[in-house]
Amino acid sequence: MRHIISVLLENESGALSRVAGLFSARGYNIESLTVAPTHDATLSRMTIVTTGDDRKIDQIEKHLYKLIDVAALQDITIAGHLEREIVLVKVKVEPNQIETLQQIAKGFNCSLSQVNEQLFIIEMSGSCEKVDELLNSLNDGEIIEVARSGAIGICSGESALSIPA
Amino acid sequence: MQLTGADIVVKSLKEEGVKHVFGYPGGAALHIYDAFHRQDDVEHILVRHEQGATHAADGYARSTGQAGVVLVTSGPGITNAITGIATAYMDSIPMVVLSGQVMKPLIGYDAFQEIDAVGISRPCVKHNFLIQNVEDIASTIKKAFHIATTGRPGPVLVDIPKDITADVAEFIYPEALEMRSFLPPRKAENSEILTAVEAILNAKKPVVYTGGGIVLADAQKPLAEFVHKLGFPCTNTLMGLGGFPHSDPQYIGMLGMHGTYEANMAMHDADLIIALGARFDDRVTGTLGNFAPDAKVIHVDIDPSVIDKNIKADIPVVADVKEVLNAFNNELQRREKDINPELIGDWWAQIKQWQSLDSLWYQHSDEVIKPQYVVQKLHEVTGGEAFVTSDVGQHQMFAAQFYGFSDTHKWINSGGLGTMGFGLPAAMGVKVAHRDADVACVTGEGSIQMCIQELATCRQYDLPVKVINLNNRYLGMVRQWQEFTYEKRYSNSYMDSLPDFVALAEAYGHVGMLIEKPADVEGALKEAFAMKDRLVFMDFITDREENVYPMIEAGKGHHEMRMRPGSKTLA
Ligand SMILES: Cc1ncc(C[n+]2csc(CCOP(=O)(O)OP(=O)(O)O)c2C)c(N)n1
Repeated sequence: MRHIISVLLENESGALSRVAGLFSARGYNIESLTVAPTHDATLSRMTIVTTGDDRKIDQIEKHLYKLIDVAALQDITIAGHLEREIVLVKVKVEPNQIETLQQIAKGFNCSLSQVNEQLFIIEMSGSCEKVDELLNSLNDGEIIEVARSGAIGICSGESALSIPA
Repeated sequence: MQLTGADIVVKSLKEEGVKHVFGYPGGAALHIYDAFHRQDDVEHILVRHEQGATHAADGYARSTGQAGVVLVTSGPGITNAITGIATAYMDSIPMVVLSGQVMKPLIGYDAFQEIDAVGISRPCVKHNFLIQNVEDIASTIKKAFHIATTGRPGPVLVDIPKDITADVAEFIYPEALEMRSFLPPRKAENSEILTAVEAILNAKKPVVYTGGGIVLADAQKPLAEFVHKLGFPCTNTLMGLGGFPHSDPQYIGMLGMHGTYEANMAMHDADLIIALGARFDDRVTGTLGNFAPDAKVIHVDIDPSVIDKNIKADIPVVADVKEVLNAFNNELQRREKDINPELIGDWWAQIKQWQSLDSLWYQHSDEVIKPQYVVQKLHEVTGGEAFVTSDVGQHQMFAAQFYGFSDTHKWINSGGLGTMGFGLPAAMGVKVAHRDADVACVTGEGSIQMCIQELATCRQYDLPVKVINLNNRYLGMVRQWQEFTYEKRYSNSYMDSLPDFVALAEAYGHVGMLIEKPADVEGALKEAFAMKDRLVFMDFITDREENVYPMIEAGKGHHEMRMRPGSKTLA
């Protein structure tokens, strides 16, 4: 099953490589991994999307927690959560396809900017599934380039990921 | 007090109570070496290879329970140390490794003797640091010792750029540590203790299975109380030998690949396995598909990640094993009337029957020295009280099966990584910490050559350990596997051109002895151990093709052991 694990990490050099190293050394899947500082500059928040059965996920969480730089973590898949990914797609279309493209952009609530007569950049944010759908629907045109941010997420309820007091 | 970074390093070690550091100098560490020269609170022991430094610090740590300390230079200094760091990591040994690094402005430019020490060591340390400022040296060293020795212990590396060791700062050794992301180990809930004890009191076929955690937590006393109160059988892992005394009637021997028949059968048939400070390693469980089909598992360990890793625990207890055993004992005291020895009467009858096979038996010979016999005599001559280190191979298993340990911290071997070359430097480290104790290194002619240069260190620092070389002229353990699974195709398991070990020992300034007849074994050992102030290298020419039995072969379960040919069978 797919899991989204949020991690609060000490903002130290090398912390990211410890997490990446753990996943590669123990053969855990990483579907995506994003990291950036939080409102507290000493902490980064990492979002890892991974897959595995309950036992694997349990091991992943325990081993993550063993890393000294990991201050807190939460599997937000279990609780209700908001999930967002940003995608930027550069597409090339024939003049007669431009209208279709504009419709798609509208349908997915994306912004569309034009590079030249034939080249467009689409920008969208949504769940990873939604991003997949967008990419599928662009099949008619020629996709030149895709940049996906990987998922970030947050609990939709009252709970918040923070360092245990 | 204003001090250079190098002096701060040494002063910080002193503050941590460090008496000995094992190391080897080089460019990036020279300021620190200069600081060592200015003081005599902390003794530096100059090894002959950085691998030797790490194993020596490791032996020191295993025999004392305190963190071992290593100092090496950048580049090849730290790469040579990696094997020993990994060895300590796999066996959860507290160790602090200080490594010199090239100057900060040169980092990342492929400078002379630059290697990314933090990167290269990351998979085999509990944690590591690259110090950025002279002001951070003291607090980082304090953190390193704290992390290395708290919870499940392990090695911690501190990499220090050379320019920082020349910078000057005020030296204040921090009294307290603030580490919000490194919390103290969890304590057991009372409900967990009650649930576990309930299962314990109802078991009909229980086994107490204990590992290195008992040694690390110094839990041998509460363990003995627990096992005696209940009358349960107890087995130790290779790492846990000495956790429960070998001579106790409730001891059923080591378990695992070369464990006793009774220990492995008891695990297989058990209805309750009480795992204490052990991690269900693959060398212990055999194939997981065949593992203890009917057993409920109580798993006590300080590290949550070992719970449910290989074997699903029915009753997990994440806490210090010593505290848990004390809590078990208190609860058992309260419920003393519920302990019913009759419940396990049939179980013991079954175990006794398994024991009657005497699965460790071997055929003594008057012609050729049996390695098992040497280890048995070693026990007799040292009164079973020696510190015994070993290398890796058949000799390691013979030492584990036949020495008979009565206390923790006495059996010192590389169980997790299985590092040949560990034995001699580890013995050296033990001897540094225990000057008056007998220290024996049981080794093979293959393994001993992997760190034999440390004979010179033993000479320089007057460390009279006894080397027991069980010389079968084969990489015996490899040969045994080739005999069993490769139809005796002995590919590269033969040791040609062996040195004359007696002459070699003498060249290093030690005593060498060659022992070729079984009748001479005991006398030679007595003579060697009587030479309290000399390192004696005893080269025992042993049976070439002796095998280690019993054995669980690859893909087999606990109940499918391969016994020595000619063994008794159960009626
Ligand atoms: C550094 C290292 N290299 C290779 C091995 C694989 N290995 C395990 S046992 C063994 C043979 C050891 O031979 P020896 O030291 O003579 O001991 P014996 O088995 O003959 O008692 C080898 C090569 C190892 N454990 N460690």
